[in-house]
Amino acid sequence: MALLPVLLLPLLGAVALMFVDRTAVKGIKMTALIFSILTFIASLAAFLGFDHGSGDFQYLVDWTWITSLDAGFRIGADGMAILLVMLTTVIMPVAILTSFSSIKKSEKLYYVMLMLLQFGMTGVFLALDTFLFYVFWEVILIPMYFIIGIWGGQNRIYASIKFFLYTMFGSLLMLIAIIWLGFHGDPSGGGFTANLLTLRDVGPSIPMETQQWLFLAFALSFAIKVPLFPLHTWLPDAHVQAPTAGSVILAGVLLKLGTYGLIRFNLELFPQASYYFADAMCVLAVIGVIYGALVAMVQTDIKKLVAYSSVSHMGFIVLGIFSMTTAGLQGAIIQMVNHGLSTGMLFLCVGALYERRHTREIEDYGGVMARMPRFGVIFGIAMLASVGLPGLNGFVGEFLTLLGAYNAPALDGNVWYTVFAASGVILAAVYLLKMYNGVMFGPINNTKNESLTDMTRSEAWQLVPLAALCFWIGLFPNTFLDYSKASTEQLVEKVESFLPGGSGYAMEAAESTTAGTSDDH
Amino acid sequence: MLTLIPVVILLPLVGFVILGLFGSRIKNEKVVGWFGSGMVGIAFLIALGIFFELMGMAPEARAGEANIVQVYSWLTVGDFSVDIAYLVDPLSILFTLIITGVGFLIHVYSIGYMHGDESFPRFFAYLNLFIFMMLNLVLASNFLLTFLGWEGVGLASYLLIGFWYKRKFPGVGLVWTGDAARKAFVANRVGDFGMLIAMFILFTLYGSLDYLDIAMKAEASTALTAATLLLFLGCTGKSAQIPLFVWLPDAMAGPTSVSALIHAATMVTSGIFLVARNATLFALTPATMEVIAIIGVLTALFAATMGIFQNDIKKVLAYSTVSQLGFMFAALGVGAFGVAVFHVMTHAFFKACLFLGSGSVIHSMHEEQNIQKMGGLKKHMPSTYWTFLLSSLAISGIPFFSGFFSKDEILWKAFSQGGVFLGGMGGYLIWGLAALAAFCTAFYMFRLVYLTFHGKERFDVAKVHPHESPATMTFPLWVLAGLATVGGFIGVPHVFHFMPNYLEGWLDPVVGTATAGWIAFVESTGVHIVHSEALEWALMGASVAIAVIAIMIARKLYNREMPTLVSSETGWAGYKLLFNKYYVDEMYQNLILTPIGKLSNSFLFRLVDVQVVDGLVNGTATLVGRSADILRRLQTGIVQNYAMLMLLGIVVVIVWMAV
Repeated sequence: MALLPVLLLPLLGAVALMFVDRTAVKGIKMTALIFSILTFIASLAAFLGFDHGSGDFQYLVDWTWITSLDAGFRIGADGMAILLVMLTTVIMPVAILTSFSSIKKSEKLYYVMLMLLQFGMTGVFLALDTFLFYVFWEVILIPMYFIIGIWGGQNRIYASIKFFLYTMFGSLLMLIAIIWLGFHGDPSGGGFTANLLTLRDVGPSIPMETQQWLFLAFALSFAIKVPLFPLHTWLPDAHVQAPTAGSVILAGVLLKLGTYGLIRFNLELFPQASYYFADAMCVLAVIGVIYGALVAMVQTDIKKLVAYSSVSHMGFIVLGIFSMTTAGLQGAIIQMVNHGLSTGMLFLCVGALYERRHTREIEDYGGVMARMPRFGVIFGIAMLASVGLPGLNGFVGEFLTLLGAYNAPALDGNVWYTVFAASGVILAAVYLLKMYNGVMFGPINNTKNESLTDMTRSEAWQLVPLAALCFWIGLFPNTFLDYSKASTEQLVEKVESFLPGGSGYAMEAAESTTAGTSDDH
Repeated sequence: MLTLIPVVILLPLVGFVILGLFGSRIKNEKVVGWFGSGMVGIAFLIALGIFFELMGMAPEARAGEANIVQVYSWLTVGDFSVDIAYLVDPLSILFTLIITGVGFLIHVYSIGYMHGDESFPRFFAYLNLFIFMMLNLVLASNFLLTFLGWEGVGLASYLLIGFWYKRKFPGVGLVWTGDAARKAFVANRVGDFGMLIAMFILFTLYGSLDYLDIAMKAEASTALTAATLLLFLGCTGKSAQIPLFVWLPDAMAGPTSVSALIHAATMVTSGIFLVARNATLFALTPATMEVIAIIGVLTALFAATMGIFQNDIKKVLAYSTVSQLGFMFAALGVGAFGVAVFHVMTHAFFKACLFLGSGSVIHSMHEEQNIQKMGGLKKHMPSTYWTFLLSSLAISGIPFFSGFFSKDEILWKAFSQGGVFLGGMGGYLIWGLAALAAFCTAFYMFRLVYLTFHGKERFDVAKVHPHESPATMTFPLWVLAGLATVGGFIGVPHVFHFMPNYLEGWLDPVVGTATAGWIAFVESTGVHIVHSEALEWALMGASVAIAVIAIMIARKLYNREMPTLVSSETGWAGYKLLFNKYYVDEMYQNLILTPIGKLSNSFLFRLVDVQVVDGLVNGTATLVGRSADILRRLQTGIVQNYAMLMLLGIVVVIVWMAV
């Protein structure tokens, strides 16, 4: 039950906001902030009470919803879900705080949207029912669409529609897959279920050919969210046009819904199909790492640069997931948190600069260090975390995903995925230092930069806690890895048993042959 | 005492944090400077205590598991586990003493050198950060913690090269000091990539990243060869060897004390440390050893020739550093691990002294760095001159100065043990190239000495009044010059007989097995290891003669007055090639960097992203829109049309059913 307040407080906040007069801007802001902080406290309670030792779902809630479809209001969290929920509840107050000064129209609607967004995102991480998952998945779409479309930049309509269509396309396939999957819920045939806990157990016994189609349908919708190359082109537009808070949430949490889905559904439900597609997914992931980095290198717009860096960094996560090793998965999970923190910080920094100068072009800056030294330090920490400097969080995730993918059995011991992906580590230094140098170093050539003011108190409140977390994860990663340890190991054990040589493999291989998919291999 | 090692490491971190957070509020430079220096000084004293404790132990007890100090478990995933733990042994404590000892002197020097700088506290904070990271690098008990230090010193180096971020620093593809800083970081990252992959290989092979574990389990294999080669790639980055040396000369954009500490005495020797620390692994992979020896000696020669015609006082020293590091790698390559570490130490003394001396010169010449515009400084700044001269004699290999012992030992080992390489010709070739490099070294050093300190003043005496630097600067100079002069006596070659080689015995618990293993391997291939004392004396005589001749030539050419002095150089054969450093920077720029940028911009970004993928997405959207536009026309809103269509439909259905 500890999760209910975490899930419902944002919804309650949205409802509460509806009763606040829309001209009472201060009241609206405070209401939103208070609810997000309450949610954080509620999640912290759940986090601290979480049993590390167990890989099972905890704080289960199971309420009947649609009996005929065996769909229910089922929520619960395992180690990786609880980490991502924490990430969400940490990012949201920051996103609300950063909106105080930058959002200046229809404030009431805006904060209602933010609250709904949080409700949806938390729901996705907690749902243990495919229908419920789908509902939350769709709930996210609407507020994000409006946040970009109403409070975005010059080209916001194009960006918001592109975002909407891309994700909508993916969700439709997912809905079909969820229905198809539901019919497999009862191995004896005839039954239908949306209960994820049941489906988790029966998933591997689904015939190979069906598994493959289901895998593809889920993977496509998740890959769009991640985004995996070549489905990434909505991201730069969405990021550039979204208001700062939108970008922070987008990079901080939304993208993780995709990678989370890949683990929760693809890997967990369809281990054989995952093994079958592992190479393809890893190839796309590695292409994404290098491609995103190379394209980021030639961007002149800071926000676009950071957006493409996300494409690169998310590639590491997908690589870690489909390495199907403990190190790879643990790395992927911690990297989701890391990317949320460091890229979130980078967008906050870009937002801080934009608010002062109303430009995102690197060349309009230069020499900012002289005017904003404290900001320079925080911006530097965010940049270095993103570069993957050891001692900061980014390194832990990158190192583990690369280690996991190196010589992974699921990738037939192929080492080249790691070798190529590791070259992204070099490129990350190239583009991020280019950005940092261009903005912070050199003399002040543009007179408009003369009057820049250093970090405000509000900005410090947003950035310093995130920076502290970057150090914490970098220096004491075990604090967080312990949470996801049991559930990851359990998952890897399950997946491995269905791989060639595993205990469950022979049986499934026989079944897949009868299903007529032997020619696929 | 041993367990105090975390304190040694933490002190500079405390300094960094305090100076970083509150430094700018402390208005008194002296307080900031001495606080920063003090942190390193105390660390040095504790390290000295630990050193004596180790010395009191039996040699076998000085290294090994018992000397690991655990702090906490850092990263645990499945069967992968790495601790924050420090390995205190003769090798790491020697590096610790160099880092904190030379580091302390350079901190003190910086109090004078950075006087009046607007970011004085920031400078000391960065220096302390550097010391902290460097100590992690050398004291780590495993690869991953070394890697933290490895990248951490890279960060400190980046911050310090770009310290004067408002200043210009021209170069190939460079405009600001920040660009030079970025170049250093990126070049190092290329090397770090190698180190990262090497760690993956080693973990796959041995299930551990602990140095002692791996050394114990190591066996020769192709995978191990790949790992050591990749580790060496990391070394070419950090220790500025071919092909990644290009960043070091540009690192001179930073303040001179930084060049002395990071880019001469300590950080750039990390590569030598890494090979020495893993001597067991390298000794098992002859292919890698051959590559190291060849790259080392080629870098030594290549960089030494580049230094000949440079006119920037710091650049000459920078190329000299690259070259000296090459000597050290040549030594490692022929299996003389201890000798390489010996040269690290002597080099730390004389090169730090030379850099600090050059800083003293630049300081008094009002930021002038061009030696063509100097001359006659001897009488204006005697302390600087004498210390600079002593160190120059040391680096040139004049007998009984420190560099003489270490460099000569390298040459001898190359000659006597190099026969296993290059089809049996390795001994002669490596010795020959190294001797040639030594000739260039003595030449460019004394060109520097004569152009800077001798002859008449070639600057406007009315405007510039050179003066000796304050005591905070000259004191470190004298200490270092003293060490550069006599420091070599701890590693006296065996042919001298009059005193034992203390250093060799000291490092024996760490590299002894590997060295012996390597010698055994060389002998097993049938290559004869030369043991003739007469030959050793003869070669020593030859190398001394080479140095003396080079100095005489430099004296003849440069110890005279303008205008014949420098203008004549431009006419020399190969001048242009050497002056432009073989156009390596230009080659990298035009053959690698520019093409990658173009590919990314015009192909990946503008074509694939914008045209192809987005073209498809937008095309689909347009297509849907167009079709909808056509279909929409059916929806006329006129009831008669609908009735008409319905009738048509019924007819079609009836016809279809009838057929």
